[in-house]
Amino acid sequence: MKFQSRRVAVLTAVTLLAGMGLTACGGDDDGGSGGGGGSAEITLLPKNLGNPYFDASRTGAEKAAGEFDGEVTEVGPDQAAPDAQVSYINTAAQQGVGALVVSANDPTAICDALNEARDAGVKVVTFDSDTDPECRDVFVNQADAQGIAKAQVDLIAEQIGDKGKVAILSAAANATNQNAWIKLMEEEIAANHPNIELVDTVYGDDDDQKSFDETAALLSRYSDLAGIISPTTVGIAAAARYLSTSEQKGKVALTGLGTPDQMRAYIKDGTVTSFALWNPEDLGYLAAYTAEALINDDITGEEGDTFEAGELGEYTVGADGGVLLGEPFVFDETNIDDFNF
Amino acid sequence: MTDLLVRPTSESARQRLVKGALRSREIAVFVILVALIAVATVRSPNFLVGSDGWRDLLVTPSILLLLAIGQTVVIITRNVDLSVGSTVGLTAYLVGRLFVDQPGIPIVVVALIGMLFGAALGLVNGVLVAFGRVPALVVTLGTMYIYRGVFLEWAGSDRINAGDMPSGFLRLGTEQFLTIPVLTLVALVMLVIVGYCLRSLRWGRELYAIGSDPAAARLYGLPVTRRVLGAFVICGALAGLAGVFYAARYGTVSSGAGRNLELEAVAAAVIGGVAIFGGSGTVWGAAIGAFLLVTIDRVLPILGIPDFWQRAVVGGLIIGAVALDRVLSLRRERQLRQARDDARSGS
Repeated sequence: MKFQSRRVAVLTAVTLLAGMGLTACGGDDDGGSGGGGGSAEITLLPKNLGNPYFDASRTGAEKAAGEFDGEVTEVGPDQAAPDAQVSYINTAAQQGVGALVVSANDPTAICDALNEARDAGVKVVTFDSDTDPECRDVFVNQADAQGIAKAQVDLIAEQIGDKGKVAILSAAANATNQNAWIKLMEEEIAANHPNIELVDTVYGDDDDQKSFDETAALLSRYSDLAGIISPTTVGIAAAARYLSTSEQKGKVALTGLGTPDQMRAYIKDGTVTSFALWNPEDLGYLAAYTAEALINDDITGEEGDTFEAGELGEYTVGADGGVLLGEPFVFDETNIDDFNF
Repeated sequence: MTDLLVRPTSESARQRLVKGALRSREIAVFVILVALIAVATVRSPNFLVGSDGWRDLLVTPSILLLLAIGQTVVIITRNVDLSVGSTVGLTAYLVGRLFVDQPGIPIVVVALIGMLFGAALGLVNGVLVAFGRVPALVVTLGTMYIYRGVFLEWAGSDRINAGDMPSGFLRLGTEQFLTIPVLTLVALVMLVIVGYCLRSLRWGRELYAIGSDPAAARLYGLPVTRRVLGAFVICGALAGLAGVFYAARYGTVSSGAGRNLELEAVAAAVIGGVAIFGGSGTVWGAAIGAFLLVTIDRVLPILGIPDFWQRAVVGGLIIGAVALDRVLSLRRERQLRQARDDARSGS
């Protein structure tokens, strides 16, 4: 990334400024509703504002708050920069909110601020993107690697009749999460789908153009390819775009992890039958319920604690204070119009 | 002394044609391109024969083709434009936004707005380079970051999706006329227009003169400032059009769109025989260079060569092309010196 080093320099400056100005501008938040007795006051701090994915999480969190009579206030930076969230955390701590629900831009950069907030009695829940475990009470995990890998293999198996040649279109060759998923998918295929052959893994670098061209190359190279799995939102959209204009449309199945907005056109024109991703609305919903459970001391974040999360049912805190949302959500023709992110 | 230093050639027209062809970089690169396509076709017949294969072969290079034409016009004047990748991204996003915010806007209008917008961005480069007399490398490196920064600020985590754009526009990305994709046709028309201007029009020749020796061109009274400005505007407008193509072809525009395309455009021009220090080279060569670069990217995976080597191969090609240039120009220099010495001793 070309901008990384520049951004770090700018950030250092911004952090210094933010640090200095913090006491001064601590109060310009609209939240500020006084400590309502007993009701759960939750500050939601996404990676950045104006991000449709987090807008969906907020909808879920607000829905949950409506059910348990709490209040959700969303604050956040414009850009998902590593330490842009620090000032918001400090503000929430000063306001004495019940809980802070954070999607961390950086696992360590906001740690000190979070721990100060916890010392001040604020419960800290991370969702979507975790910090180091010692900086928060509970992490609400959208999906575990095993579940993600299995969901995608199951989808492709269903679409190609559980036999044939399959290729993977990944992001960068050194992307940690992608590689973990690919390894688990290989194991899943070897263990449970003997008639599926994984012929190739190519890398689109999360670049529309490269992913597009790699898809073309895959189709050209394996004329009998049955399906493509792309466990990256950029990759699956590019592959779908190529397939939708190709003579292979409808013959080669495509699935993976995508967002409904990106994939809507391709679901509608029949290029893609179904794809998976966690449901960010459910994620926000569960995170809000987790925060409420912490505020009411129903749970402390110990392994084995259980709590009720409204219509999602009962959840148990796992190792390292993790709560798992569940299986990835499958989007298809019937439900894609219900989502907007 | 009426002796000429170099006499008119005594070779026949046919001999000259053959010799010229053998010496021409355009033909050398074209032969490599054809060989590459042949190898890929043997390996995977779909590459050329399949209807997808034929279309992709022609349409994929169309974006880089436009950029290479524009880049050539600038490089010939001994400048360079590194901001074209950012221009492509920014224009592609603008195109998407136009479709989102002004539903029903005609495609032709959008394409024109895209070109004008690109031309305006090119004008900024041109003004800074021509009036500021700052090296183009530095100016356009700066505007590359500025345009990209504006794009990041504007788009943020937002993205233009295929569903946001009318299907008629997206169809342009694959539509064919007599089996030739429309995007490629438009790019080729641009190529012919610019190629003709550079070869036969007065201002076209002046660009070469400026690139050969800017100081001499100024002394001679050529409108250097205006010509350099014009070159950047042409380059920007073509990059704007490339942005329109990008949106139509890929259907998704996120803030990374067009990244690194500027270097590919320079590489295409250099491989196609455009001298990086200006004054020589043709858009035909740059166009073939663009085709070659894109086709290599597509062929290497088909041949089963890992991703990691693809860039190395492209790098090797660039260095090979420059080395070949050097060898050829040294040889030509020697021949000219020889001719001069012969002419002197003969008198």
